[in-house]
Amino acid sequence: MALKLRVEDLNLHYHSFQALHHVSVDIEGQRITALIGPSGCGKSSFLRCLNRMNDLVEGARVEGRVLLDGQDIYQGNTDVVTLRKRVGMVFQTPNPFPVSVYDNVAYGPRLHGTRDRARLDEIVERSLRSAALWEEVRGKLRQSALDLSGGQQQRLCIARVLAVEPEVLLMDEPCSALDPTATFRIEELMLELMEHYTIVLVTHNMYQASRVSQTTGFFLLGELIEYGPTEQIFENPRDQRTDDYVRGRFG
Amino acid sequence: MREAIRQRMWFALFASCTAVVAAPVVVIAGLLLWRGLPALDWAFLSTPPAPGMREGGILPAIVGTLWLAAGTTAVALAFGLPAGIYLSEYAPRGALTRAVRLAIVNLAGVPSIVYGLFGLAVFVLLLKRVTGGMSIISGSLTLGFLILPVVITATEEALLAVPQTLRQASVALGATRWQTTVRVVLPNAAPGILTGFIIGLARAAGETAPIMFTAAYFYLRHLPTSLQDGVMALPYHLYVVATQIPNYPAAKAWGTALVLVALVFAMNLGAVLTRARLRRRRRW
Amino acid sequence: MRRTRQAFDEQLQRLERRLVDMGSFVEAMVEKAVRALAEHDVKLAQEVIAADDTADELDLGIEQECMRLLALQQPMSRDLRIIGTVMKVIADVERIGDYSVDIARTAIRLARTEYFKPLEDIPRMARMVQTMLGQALEALVNRDLDLVARVVEQDDAVDKLWYQLLKELEEFMRSRPEVVSQAVAFLLVARYLERIADHTVNIAERVAYIETGCLETLAASHRPDAGQGEGEGSGDG
Repeated sequence: MALKLRVEDLNLHYHSFQALHHVSVDIEGQRITALIGPSGCGKSSFLRCLNRMNDLVEGARVEGRVLLDGQDIYQGNTDVVTLRKRVGMVFQTPNPFPVSVYDNVAYGPRLHGTRDRARLDEIVERSLRSAALWEEVRGKLRQSALDLSGGQQQRLCIARVLAVEPEVLLMDEPCSALDPTATFRIEELMLELMEHYTIVLVTHNMYQASRVSQTTGFFLLGELIEYGPTEQIFENPRDQRTDDYVRGRFG
Repeated sequence: MREAIRQRMWFALFASCTAVVAAPVVVIAGLLLWRGLPALDWAFLSTPPAPGMREGGILPAIVGTLWLAAGTTAVALAFGLPAGIYLSEYAPRGALTRAVRLAIVNLAGVPSIVYGLFGLAVFVLLLKRVTGGMSIISGSLTLGFLILPVVITATEEALLAVPQTLRQASVALGATRWQTTVRVVLPNAAPGILTGFIIGLARAAGETAPIMFTAAYFYLRHLPTSLQDGVMALPYHLYVVATQIPNYPAAKAWGTALVLVALVFAMNLGAVLTRARLRRRRRW
Repeated sequence: MRRTRQAFDEQLQRLERRLVDMGSFVEAMVEKAVRALAEHDVKLAQEVIAADDTADELDLGIEQECMRLLALQQPMSRDLRIIGTVMKVIADVERIGDYSVDIARTAIRLARTEYFKPLEDIPRMARMVQTMLGQALEALVNRDLDLVARVVEQDDAVDKLWYQLLKELEEFMRSRPEVVSQAVAFLLVARYLERIADHTVNIAERVAYIETGCLETLAASHRPDAGQGEGEGSGDG
């Protein structure tokens, strides 16, 4: 499968603290790549490097290259707005805007200039369908997004991202705040979306990684310790630290 | 069991403190209504005072206060809102920003009479050609600066209260920080900003010292026709009739006070209702 | 640093101990079956046959424990390999129990017959095989690769013995046709013992799998028995 994202020797500093050390990884398209590791190991920080959300963090400094389709996104002339359209992000706690379902999904397209009502209607429906939420909200598009359940809100956030037609989906522990049923639905959705998008999933639940991903990376203290096919990471890891982690022997 | 009694005691103590706090409001309102209501009639509210002040109504004062309120609104929002937004969303964390914040805090502690003198020196005298001397403009500027700290603080607080996650969501969708501020943060902070602003305005409406030197006249024959005109104002008028006019009908004084307080209360009420309504539409 | 999942580690250790216990039980079955044959002891033979029910219960019990651990503990990597291995090995051990029953049945059949030759090689094979079983299980729980090598060596010796016995009995059958049925019975018993030895080797080889996670090497080593070219497959009993 085609190489979508390539990270070369990435180092991330927050003021004087180095959060990521020499991380290099190839992320392939149309599959789910999971990043696991204990709390504070840098996997979320890494994810935020992929759409330059770390730019918003004061004192954050990035060294190294992140190539999206061969182009370094940290190069001076990168249009960050376009980058974030191409590389979308779903967050740990569902964060819909306190407006209607419709306006949530239409936010992105409106942001980028779409005003035509018919076109927006179409985009909203398409996105909600792709997020497996259409049937549940089609009659409630004008209702507040905050009236939805947690799982629905998260799917709404996914629809919101899909509305700007990204190529890559960065999912930062998307199921952390959800109950098991909602979690399974989102995992189901990820497997469907995998066909058309490149998905990078950060999860503190390694069983989720083992369930949905094809490739898994194990982070520890800011280093990418091991990276390979999911079966290998969980059945027969090469690094002792990875082995200790997947067997839950981390003291 | 003893703990339950102790708790009851403390709550009773706190309740009585609350009553003590609420009491003055009730007393003032009662007093004003009792003494001032008799003077209130349509003539009182709609006619200017006769020369000598003892006869006639307070129309110009009401009009003047409203003009000043409008002007203060303009000044406070025009400067306070952007400042609050800048400090909350864009200012870099550093010595300069801290210094600015310190300055604003100090501004809040400046006595209103000092504001009045400041306004006199700068707006009335120095910038006489622009402001027209003692005028609505000068008064508005002075009062505007008076409540600037309140507005800025309220704006900052309201903006801070908007969860960071909403900003992140917006930025992650490709919005610039400006777009995020305008489309996401401000609409959600509006209730808080509005509330803070209206409370500030209510205070400004009742101030006497700042307008004494910058806008309010003892007596004006005509209603203001331009922003460069001076005005009469309720607080100053009240001061004047209560202290400078011998044998001024007490009821009218009370009536004037009643009108002023009613105006202030009305503004505060407006703030509360607006906030409630805006909140209901956007909650998180 | 306190080890996490200590309870789970203990459960795994208990599981392996249950396996070893089942192995010891079946080892005793082999010993008794061959002794019953040597001493014409019908009662002993019947004990062995009855013991098979217990062996089956042990098999089932361990399998249930394995399934439970899989469902509830979500084991990964080495832990998963251990549980998977235990599930496969109990099948080998249970098979050994079945062979003991076959030997015991033969003992009952030949109880009243006078043997045309004293039983020497068969008891010797039996002792070797018992040792191998014990060693294989010990090697498994201790992950002892040296012990694995010893088991494999002994299997070669057992194969040699089997082959030797085969030739002897063929000779007997040619020269004294009247002892054919006895000879055939002994041949079968020897064959059972040889198959038991093969199963112990299967068990021992799993140690490498637990360590390395490589299944491919197991397939390679499942060669047909000691290539004396007699076309002996590895599937009968």
